[in-house]
Amino acid sequence: MSAGSAHARHLAEAGRLANEIRLSVEQVSYAYSANPAQAPLFTLEATSFQARPGEIVAILGPNASGKSTLLHLISGALVPLSGRVLLNGFVTQSLTPRTRAQRIAVVQQESALLFPARAWEFVLQGRHSHRRSLRFESEDDVLIAKNALAQVGAADLSDRWMNQISGGEKQRVILARALAQQPLLLLLDEPTLHLDIAAQIGLLDALRRLAAENRYTVVVVTHELNLAAEYADQVVLMQRGRCLRVGPPASIYQRELLEQVFQTPLSVELGSSGRPRVTVLSGT
Amino acid sequence: MRPLTLRRLFLQCSILVLILLVVVVIAVKFGAVPVSLYALGRDLWHVLLGQRADLSSDYVLIIKNIRLPRILLGIIVGASLSVAGTSFQALLRNPLADPYVLGVSMGASLGSILALIAEPHLSISPALSSLLTPLGAFLGAGATIAAVYFLGRREGQIDSATLLLGGVIISSFLSAIIMFLMNTLSGNLRGLSFWLMGDLSTPLQKSAYWFLGIGFLLAAGAIYTTAADLNLLLSGEKEAMHLGVDVPRVRLVVYIAASLLTGLAVSVSGAIGYVGLIVPHAIRFIFGSDHRTLLPTAALGGAIALVFADTLARTIVAPTEVSVGAVTAVAGAPLFIYLLRRRLS
Repeated sequence: MSAGSAHARHLAEAGRLANEIRLSVEQVSYAYSANPAQAPLFTLEATSFQARPGEIVAILGPNASGKSTLLHLISGALVPLSGRVLLNGFVTQSLTPRTRAQRIAVVQQESALLFPARAWEFVLQGRHSHRRSLRFESEDDVLIAKNALAQVGAADLSDRWMNQISGGEKQRVILARALAQQPLLLLLDEPTLHLDIAAQIGLLDALRRLAAENRYTVVVVTHELNLAAEYADQVVLMQRGRCLRVGPPASIYQRELLEQVFQTPLSVELGSSGRPRVTVLSGT
Repeated sequence: MRPLTLRRLFLQCSILVLILLVVVVIAVKFGAVPVSLYALGRDLWHVLLGQRADLSSDYVLIIKNIRLPRILLGIIVGASLSVAGTSFQALLRNPLADPYVLGVSMGASLGSILALIAEPHLSISPALSSLLTPLGAFLGAGATIAAVYFLGRREGQIDSATLLLGGVIISSFLSAIIMFLMNTLSGNLRGLSFWLMGDLSTPLQKSAYWFLGIGFLLAAGAIYTTAADLNLLLSGEKEAMHLGVDVPRVRLVVYIAASLLTGLAVSVSGAIGYVGLIVPHAIRFIFGSDHRTLLPTAALGGAIALVFADTLARTIVAPTEVSVGAVTAVAGAPLFIYLLRRRLS
């Protein structure tokens, strides 16, 4: 075999790896009922989509559309009624909590602390799943945590107390903890909910940069139409427990469809970035 | 960044061990009959040289037979209650949790009383029957914490106020049953009132100290294997799971081991309150809230606090004794109110 063909095969392999499907959500459904004898209070109909490394997927929809439920199913916190979620070919549900935490990081809206902790202590928590149970943090762990803080532009927050920093700063430290997990998949539940507009854009810019640099697959739950349009490669549009459509923002952002989903008159035009831009028409 | 190292943990523990030694010397010296430090040192010298015949009768009578066993008991019970309190605080995500406040101590008391009542009616060997009281206390503690846990759960979340209220209600209910048993069952159930306030003066057989010590090491060791998980559990069960904690397993280990610690402590000393509350808080204030340091330092702190409190109980109105539970309650209840108010504001 010649060196040339080996090189070509290597290139082909690299190309295949870059285009591989990392996250595959296959016909996942769910039903929630407080009482098993009664009809379920909430159902999520079979939903499917796929995502590659470096890609940002936005799960978009109004309140009670099943966005967070879908996210919890992907994270493994909920067991699907049918279907499965594959991460690099492994069913996420059957992984142990430790292995799952090495591959999936979840950023929730709020993180309540019972006793005060400093930002660096909080970020080091992200290394838990990579450590043996009675080992102390290694120099590697410390380096990774420092790096994670630097990546979200929060290196200067390291020694601050978590209960004494602003909402935007806190959200960035929580993101840094997720990065310290060195995951393949990053899940975020309404990460911009309590942030002002500058902090929202700062966070999402950081997210897009990180997804590209570290080849994370990112899934974000949001109801912010314009942020999803601006930052997502793919949008999963949800309404009342049904997945209506999956695709790039340009194919999802149609006036009639969005008006019907969000129950409000709006207009869609092409923004300066080449992505759709939604204006909610008030006063009608 | 200043992550925890083994060296820092050893340093913190050695400081506390030194303080414990000082407190033990104080506890040996003071009492109804004061012992001079010189005599103490001379006796210790004789013991070290193996010249037991030269020991003064004071030493044998007071130090070896009365004070040292009581100090040893104080060390084990104090460490057990403090570790149990720390564990309950993490498990229930409530900084005000304590075996006494939650009614777990009362459950253990009732369990050991029931075991004492049942003992004569069971035809088992004396070796096994001595295990009956601690077993009853363990079961009582376990049943109570389960009841409090379910009372305190609202919509899948543990509600702090409901939890404490549940503990108070269960505690008063259980103490009513204990009263009822004490009033109706006459007969000499050896000083039945001892667990109402807590007391370390009842002497034990030599084997009981071994049993207690090994029980403590096993249970506290089991809890220590989950120390890093407990740190994460403080930010909520779901979040801990996402960070890689096997939440059901950790909950089960801590639940059983902490019930065992409470049961062991109560079966020999009654319901001594607030040690599991004051000590972890003081230690957190000094050394931080990382459970990998908090658990061992709280154990040592609990030992120090209880030996010290017991010395006060023995000497404050000498030659009469106060029950040690009264001393810890006088110190602990105001702190509880302070913490509760700070939490509510």
